[in-house]
Amino acid sequence: MEQAPGSAEKGDLWLRCSYHLRFAFPPGAVFMNALLLQNLRKTYRNGFEALKGIDLEVAPGDFFALLGPNGAGKSTAIGIVSSLVTKTSGRVEVFGHDLDRNPEAVKGCIGLVPQEFNFNQWEPVAEIVVNQAGFYGIPRKQAWIKAERSLRQLELWDRRREQAVSLSGGMKRRLMIARALVHEPRLLILDEPTAGVDIEIRRSMWSFLTEINLRGTTIILTTHYLEEAESLCRNIAIINQGRIAEHSSMKRLLNQLHNQAFVLSIEQDLTRIDELGDYRWQRLDEHTLEVEVSRGQSINGLFQALAQRGLEVTSMRNKQNRLEQLFIGMLNASRRRDAQ
Amino acid sequence: MTRFTSYRIAFQTILTKEILRFCRIWIQTLLPPAITTALYFIIFGHLIGERIGEMDGVRYIDFIVPGLILMAVITNSYSNVVSSFFSSKYQRHVEELLISPVPNWVILSGYVGGGLARGVLVGIAVTAVSLLFSDLDIRSFGWTLAVFVLTSILFALAGFINAVYAKSFDDISIVPTFVLTPLTYLGGVFYSISMLPGFWQKISLANPVLYMVNAFRYGLLGVTDIPIGIALAIILLFIAGLTAFSLYLLNHGVGVKS
Ligand SMILES: Nc1ncnc2c1ncn2[C@@H]1O[C@H](COP(=O)(O)OP(=O)(O)O)[C@@H](O)[C@H]1O
Ligand SMILES: [Mg+2]
Repeated sequence: MEQAPGSAEKGDLWLRCSYHLRFAFPPGAVFMNALLLQNLRKTYRNGFEALKGIDLEVAPGDFFALLGPNGAGKSTAIGIVSSLVTKTSGRVEVFGHDLDRNPEAVKGCIGLVPQEFNFNQWEPVAEIVVNQAGFYGIPRKQAWIKAERSLRQLELWDRRREQAVSLSGGMKRRLMIARALVHEPRLLILDEPTAGVDIEIRRSMWSFLTEINLRGTTIILTTHYLEEAESLCRNIAIINQGRIAEHSSMKRLLNQLHNQAFVLSIEQDLTRIDELGDYRWQRLDEHTLEVEVSRGQSINGLFQALAQRGLEVTSMRNKQNRLEQLFIGMLNASRRRDAQ
Repeated sequence: MTRFTSYRIAFQTILTKEILRFCRIWIQTLLPPAITTALYFIIFGHLIGERIGEMDGVRYIDFIVPGLILMAVITNSYSNVVSSFFSSKYQRHVEELLISPVPNWVILSGYVGGGLARGVLVGIAVTAVSLLFSDLDIRSFGWTLAVFVLTSILFALAGFINAVYAKSFDDISIVPTFVLTPLTYLGGVFYSISMLPGFWQKISLANPVLYMVNAFRYGLLGVTDIPIGIALAIILLFIAGLTAFSLYLLNHGVGVKS
């Protein structure tokens, strides 16, 4: 046990109290993130720069999506956080523990469900989960209790004696989730958990994850399905080619996504109008207007509003917003890669 | 729970897992050495040995017993760790350990412990077979046990390093076939180096296996070609070197992290 400084000398009470308070309220406790990445970079041995300096903050209790096409760097980032990949530079903190200074504390906080199956195919299901608990220092008896709970949660308890190789694809994924949860991590990280899983299992996995998130586990998942991120997560970062392209709340992002912007050419001179009802707009030049139509507003309504103000539309085109363009670009890129 | 308790539990978990692994496939791991040794005894000890007579003052069949036991221990300790750790890389379940709060020295101890456990079990099996052909009358039990355990640890460590560098199943059989087997066969298992011409005697002294076989034979029979103190020092030196190197490889994630 570390000794409080000055405790041998006759007491400076304040000093001693503040020393002990450090343990109850570690510095930064109030603003402590579940995950903090600062300027994280990774260059693989072959010289490929997979992460070009990413910053990320995930709050405790969050359900966070890291969205990006194949090859964006999602698994690389996850790999660094979970000690499977060594970083080139930058900073990683998990619940206030620095990865470089206290790797064991960081590892103890995390449960990882990797993208690819990584258990011993020839081991019985229960043994895989019990052993993982053992690696986290949980005594055998307790490990069995926790493994049973974890396996029951994921409906695998009945198959506990079977070799992992005999499980179906969906069950193997659930096995990895059960294994990741056995030591009750504060942060659960799932790398593309539903890739290649059929729709029914995907839905039940979603509701399971929502449930454990509600019970307090912070969850980060990577995905390349927008729909998955949209239906599960509160906050989101979009990663593309090793850079964070967007980092915001899902709500804000969806609002942006659901806004459509139109560019209208107007017969009349626009300098004299100064309002357009509920529509957000901006004048591009004397005869050109950009208008946003958000969810709940209609294009008919927009035309009415223009007509009421004596404005006549001569042509109109759809202005794609930046995010949509980003998404479409990403999806095309990943489709090209899938097709290869 | 203290940190030490966690480490002990993690170590026990790895060790148990390793022991269960080779027990599950005992037909591949425990049976062959017993059969091979029985064949050696029948052919070299019994049929040919009777024409050879004595070596270093003991019956030939008795002379080869220590070498044969140690040869089985060396091969099995080595191949247990090399195949287990390589397949954990190949199937990627080494990641279960890498993400856990287990220090590298605990991981290494667990795997080496597994190699030692297999070495011990095979050693017992081979010794049991040898009792059918010769009467073992152990000179120094402590010495015999020490050499046995240390040799097993040494080759378990060597197997670990092989597995770290291995990228394919070929790589885990190259070293045993082209390095380990020649070294053991030329390490004085079947002959006393005093039979060799002076030049070849000197060359033999560069073979570390020679020291282990002789130290072990000294424990069992009381005969040796070389000073046993030197033998022990060499074994310990190798263990220290290989341990340091293994830990260096693990700490730098060689072969397991990208
Ligand atoms: N071990 C490696 N060596 C070299 N390049 C790698 C390695 N692992 C991944 N990459 C490359 O890094 C990029 C990001 O990969 P990854 O993080 O797996 O992407 P994602 O998980 O988003 O699909 C890809 O271009 C991939 O080819
Ligand atoms: Mg990936």
